[in-house]
Amino acid sequence: MSIVEVSNLYKTYGPFEAVDNFSFSANKGEILSLVGPDGAGKTSIFRAVCGLIKYDSGQIKIASFDVSRDFEKIKPLLGYMPQTFSLYPDLSVEENLYFYAGLFGLKRQQFDEKKKLLYQFSGLGPFHNRHAGALSGGMKQKLALSCALVHDPEVFVLDEPTTGVDPLSRRQFWDILKNLRAEGSAIIVSTPYIDELELSDRVIFIYRGSKMAEGTPGELVQKFVGQVYQLDLLPTSERMQQLNKIEGITSRRFGASVHIYTRGSHTIEEYHDDLRRIGIDPDLITPVQPELEDTFIQFMGN
Amino acid sequence: MENAVVIDRLTKKFGDFTAVDEIGLTVQKGEIFGFLGANGAGKTTAIRMLCGLLLPTSGSGSVGGFDIYKETERIKKSIGYMSQKFSLYQDLTGDENLWFYGSVYQIPRRDLRKRMEELTETLGLSEFTNRPAGSLPVGWRQRLALATALLHRPKILFLDEPTAGIDPVFRRRFWEILYRLADEGTTLFVTTHYMDEAEFCRRISIMHQGKIIEVGKPQDLIARYDQPNLQETFITLISQEGGNG
Repeated sequence: MSIVEVSNLYKTYGPFEAVDNFSFSANKGEILSLVGPDGAGKTSIFRAVCGLIKYDSGQIKIASFDVSRDFEKIKPLLGYMPQTFSLYPDLSVEENLYFYAGLFGLKRQQFDEKKKLLYQFSGLGPFHNRHAGALSGGMKQKLALSCALVHDPEVFVLDEPTTGVDPLSRRQFWDILKNLRAEGSAIIVSTPYIDELELSDRVIFIYRGSKMAEGTPGELVQKFVGQVYQLDLLPTSERMQQLNKIEGITSRRFGASVHIYTRGSHTIEEYHDDLRRIGIDPDLITPVQPELEDTFIQFMGN
Repeated sequence: MENAVVIDRLTKKFGDFTAVDEIGLTVQKGEIFGFLGANGAGKTTAIRMLCGLLLPTSGSGSVGGFDIYKETERIKKSIGYMSQKFSLYQDLTGDENLWFYGSVYQIPRRDLRKRMEELTETLGLSEFTNRPAGSLPVGWRQRLALATALLHRPKILFLDEPTAGIDPVFRRRFWEILYRLADEGTTLFVTTHYMDEAEFCRRISIMHQGKIIEVGKPQDLIARYDQPNLQETFITLISQEGGNG
């Protein structure tokens, strides 16, 4: 059941079209991820959904209330974590949490219970007396997250919540998101991490204010055009330069190996001579399935 | 092969809190070294000591052959440091930022102009040098920050989460620049939370609660812990050490 409905959203800043006819919906019990380059319009969309900026045209409904008319009814339903969070640097970790709990009317006992859960995921317990301003970058991010999780909203809007967060903490954070999903919350999140897209129910690729593609991670991978091959040789700069001179294929570093992409229905066999010429044995090349990152790069490249 | 960074039992305490706890490392010249760790593990504190910005409590170390206690000024001149926080003046344009940093490094005016042109060209910044740094998208701001760190042609470059919050396409482009620098012989000492980037490093270390708990080639560590990839290896290691508190 959809709880967030955004239709034909437009937002301009002067001559700049930040959001260009963007529509999407988010369902209860669903994690929807938005991914796109910086300046693609994600933050503007999030701010519009949370009633923080005026948009030029279009409609945003949350639980069938119109954001531009009934915002007071929507406010208690919403949890928002902005990209640049304004923690109070001279308050301690716990004081920051308590402040947000107060804003949402939590009782002391409710707060104490919630606090335990939040410290469990964030690992911030031992630092509860430390000033927020003295936390490391990733820890600040975790505290900001915790503040957004303090009350139990039905719709979470999280703008790059895991940027600068280490892999273990990210996993713990996503475990929390999965719990929220299981409890029926709708979660709209932007992320620069491809592995997080794979944990989402639906993903939207966004570029220059427009939707480029939408679907489950599996559906999006299917949209990849061309063939992907793995070359099991170290991606030294010299090798990458030589590979990039071969016309018709694209090569990218992939961990300690190389991924080679052919276009359309072309296959690697057509390039065996070119590869041998730069000393690469075609036997070291095997076809592999495209990954979500391959699809994303392809969409952004076009 | 010569070593760019050598540290032994390096420690930094703030009051009764030990931020960096007897860490030891050797980074070879021209190596791309990934300095990984959990949030709050002490990576930034360690880097600040290596960059001559913070005096250690105990232990020893040298960077580019200079002592991290006694020769901090010489270290500062020979290294580049791109900090986690934006080091750019938001209301100055890209050019103005570059000019400012060039002056701080006392690069002669004619040389500075030339280097600014070179860096603008190689980093693809030309469209952006006339705009206030604060108005640039994060990806371009990071490139500009990299340019300011490269003005004085450092042999060793310290990068503290240079790609945080940058989309996958732009991250790849940023790393292409780093590879080029490495090819030219620059030693790169880089922190990141992106494990795909860490796999691009020749060697990595993993830090947790002030200590270095593993060092090695990414592929070797993955094999040693019998994990499918570096992300799982990292998570396994940090979990074993007792959470991230």
